[in-house]
Amino acid sequence: MPQIFPRSSNFVPLQIAIVLGVLTAGALGAFWYYWTPKYTRVGYQPAQPIPFSHKVHAGQLGLDCRYCHSFVETAAHSNIPTAQVCMSCHSQVQKDNPKLEPLRKAWATGEPVQWVQVHKTPDHAYFNHSVHVNRGVSCVSCHGRVDQMDVVYHAESHAMKFCLDCHRAPESGLRPLDKVTDLGWTATPKGKESAQQAQLDLGNELKKRRDVNPPVNNCAGCHR
Amino acid sequence: MADHAAKLVSEDGVVVLHCPPELVREKLVNHDRSLNWITEKVSVICEEKTRPWWWIAFFIFSPIALLVPLLLGYQVSNGVGVWGENQPFGWAWDITNFVFWIGIGHAGTLISAILFLTRQKWRTSINRASEAMTLFAVMCAGLYPGFHVGRVWKAWYLFPIPNWNGLWQNYRSPLLWDVFAVSTYFTVSVLFWYVGLIPDLAMLRDRAKSKLKQWGYGLAALGWRGGNRHWQHYEMAYLILAGLSTPLVLSVHSIVSFDFATSIVPGWHTTIFPPYFVAGAVFGGFAMVLTLMLPARLLYPQLDDMMTRNHVDKMAKIILLTGSIVGYAYLMELFIAMVYSGHFYEYNAFYNRATGWYAWHYFAMMFCNVITPQIFWFKAMRRNYIVVFIACQFVNAGMWYERFVIIGTTLAQDFLPSSWGHYTPSWVEVLTFVGTFGFFITAFLLFMRFLPMVCAFEVKAVTPQADPHHDPKGHDHEQPKEAALSAH
Repeated sequence: MPQIFPRSSNFVPLQIAIVLGVLTAGALGAFWYYWTPKYTRVGYQPAQPIPFSHKVHAGQLGLDCRYCHSFVETAAHSNIPTAQVCMSCHSQVQKDNPKLEPLRKAWATGEPVQWVQVHKTPDHAYFNHSVHVNRGVSCVSCHGRVDQMDVVYHAESHAMKFCLDCHRAPESGLRPLDKVTDLGWTATPKGKESAQQAQLDLGNELKKRRDVNPPVNNCAGCHR
Repeated sequence: MADHAAKLVSEDGVVVLHCPPELVREKLVNHDRSLNWITEKVSVICEEKTRPWWWIAFFIFSPIALLVPLLLGYQVSNGVGVWGENQPFGWAWDITNFVFWIGIGHAGTLISAILFLTRQKWRTSINRASEAMTLFAVMCAGLYPGFHVGRVWKAWYLFPIPNWNGLWQNYRSPLLWDVFAVSTYFTVSVLFWYVGLIPDLAMLRDRAKSKLKQWGYGLAALGWRGGNRHWQHYEMAYLILAGLSTPLVLSVHSIVSFDFATSIVPGWHTTIFPPYFVAGAVFGGFAMVLTLMLPARLLYPQLDDMMTRNHVDKMAKIILLTGSIVGYAYLMELFIAMVYSGHFYEYNAFYNRATGWYAWHYFAMMFCNVITPQIFWFKAMRRNYIVVFIACQFVNAGMWYERFVIIGTTLAQDFLPSSWGHYTPSWVEVLTFVGTFGFFITAFLLFMRFLPMVCAFEVKAVTPQADPHHDPKGHDHEQPKEAALSAH
C-alpha cells in the first residue's frame, strides 16, 4: 500500500506544538498586557470643557483638595465643585480668560459645566470616600499625584486587585489625618530605616490605633 | 463434582477437561466468526452509503439539539431569570440535569476502566460506544453549571487563573472540587477513548477508498502501523489510562455528592451520599448504555454476534446490583432520618419528601429505581430485549426523579416555614433539557456513522482463535462445552 502522507509529516506534530506554543504564549501575553485595567484604564485623559489644571491650583497655589471636593470627608461621593466655588475666585481672577467661557456660562444659566468623569466606580461596587479619608487613606493612594497633573488622568488601575491589595495590607497606605490631602507626603524614616519600612511601621501603628479592619473575605463588603 | 473434574484422556491423546454445563462460559462472539468477519462487519458501518433511517433520525434530532444554543443564547441575553429558579430554589432543573447527565457518564468509564482491570472480557464489544456516550453525557452535564453561574463569560472564574480581581478560588468549597473532578474526568475520558480508537482508525484508514477518508482517518490514526512496538506502547498506555480512570469512576460522583453533603441543609447533610451517588450513577449509566445499545443492535443486525444476549444479561445484572444498592440507600436514608437520628429537621425533610408538594416525584423515584430493576432477578427478563429496554426507560426516568427529589424537596422546605417556596420549571429550562437529549442522540448518531462503534481489535482478541492455546483442529468446535488442552 502506498504511503498516504509524505515523510515530512512525521514532523507535523512538532511543528504544530511549536506554533501552538508560540500562539498561546503570544495570546496570553497580549491578553495580560492589553486586556487588563492597567492598560485599558491607566492614562485615560479625556478632554475637559475647561482645561482645568490641578497642577496650578493644587500644586502651585496650594489649594487643599477639600476646598473644591468639599464633601469628601462626609459623603460616599466626592463632589465636583459647583460653578459657584470656581467663581469665588474667578469672579475676580482671570475673569476675562476665554478658556473660562463655559464656567461663566454655567454661572449665568445655572447649567453645570459638563465635566467628563475620569474615575468611575462600577455600579456593582460600593465605594465610600469619607470612610477612607477619615481613616487616613490619602487621595494620592488611588488618584496619583493630581497636584502634578495639568489635566487629570487615570493614574492607577482601580482594578479589584488594586482595592484588595490595600484592603489586605492597609498599613501600606495609612497616614496621619492631617496629611491625607498632602499628596507629596511620605513617612519620615527613623534612623537608617528605609522609607518603605517607615510607612509600614507608621501604618501598622495607625491601623491598630484606628481599628482599621477593611472587608477582605466578605464579598458583600463592597458588592452590596 | 469429582467425576466432572476428573481428567480424561481421549483416544487421540488429548486431555479433556470436563466442565459442568452450567459453569461453561458463553462465547463472547457467536457463530465462531472469523477475524476478517469482525473487521468487515464493524468497518462497513462507516463505509457503506448512509442509510435512510440515519438521515431521518439525524433530521429529527439535530434540530432538537439546536434548541441548546438557541435557549442558552436566550438565557445569556436575558439573564438567568428566564429559568424558573429563585430563592429558596437556587438549584433546580439545571443542577438536577447536571447530576443526571454526569451520572450517566459513569457507566462508560466503569465498562472501559474497571471491567478492563478486572479482566471482564465481555466489555470489548460495548466499551467504545459506552465511552462515547460518557463523553456526550459529560458535555451535556458541563453546560449546566457553566450557564447556571448566570454570567457565563465570567465562568472562567471557576478555574485558578491569575487575574486582576485579586481573587483566588475557595479550595474549601466542594463546588470547586467539582470543577476539577468534572474537567479531569472529561479529559481522561477523551484520552482513554481516543487512545483506544487509534488501532481501529488505522483499520479504517487502510480500508479507505477515497483520498478524503484516507486523510481523515489517517490523520486521526497518528501513523499507527500495528508494529510490535506500537502494540507494546499501546497496551501500556491503555493500562495506565485505565488505572487513571478507575478512581475517577468513584471520585467524580462522590465529589458531586459533596456539593450537597457538605452543606448543613437537612436532607443533604448525610455521609451516605458518596457511595449512594456512585451506585446511582452506575445504575443510571448502564440503563442509558442499554437505551442506546439495543436500538443500535436492531439497526445494525450484523452486530448481533458481538453484542449478544449474554452482554445484555450481564449489564442487566449490574443494573440489578446497583439498583439494589440504591434501594438500600433510600431505605437506610429514611431509617437514619426518621428513626435513628431523632433529629427534628431531618425527620421533617424526609416526611416532606414522602408526603409534601413533590411526593409524587418521590414515589416515582422509588418505583422506577427500587421496584423496576427487581425483574432482573429472572434470567428470562434479562434476556428479553423489549423488557430490558422498557425497564431501562424506567431507570432513566427514575434517576432523574432521584436528583430532583434530593435537590428540589430539600430546598423547597428547609428549616423555616416562612422561607419555603415552590418551583415550576420555565419553558426555557424544559426545552433546554429536551435539547440536551437532541444533542446527545445527534452526537451518538454521528459517532456511529463515522467511527467504529465496536472495538474491533479487542473483540478479535477475545475470539477462540486469538487464544495462544487455540487448536484449530481441536474439539472446541464440535464440542463447545469442553475446553480442550493439548497433552504435549
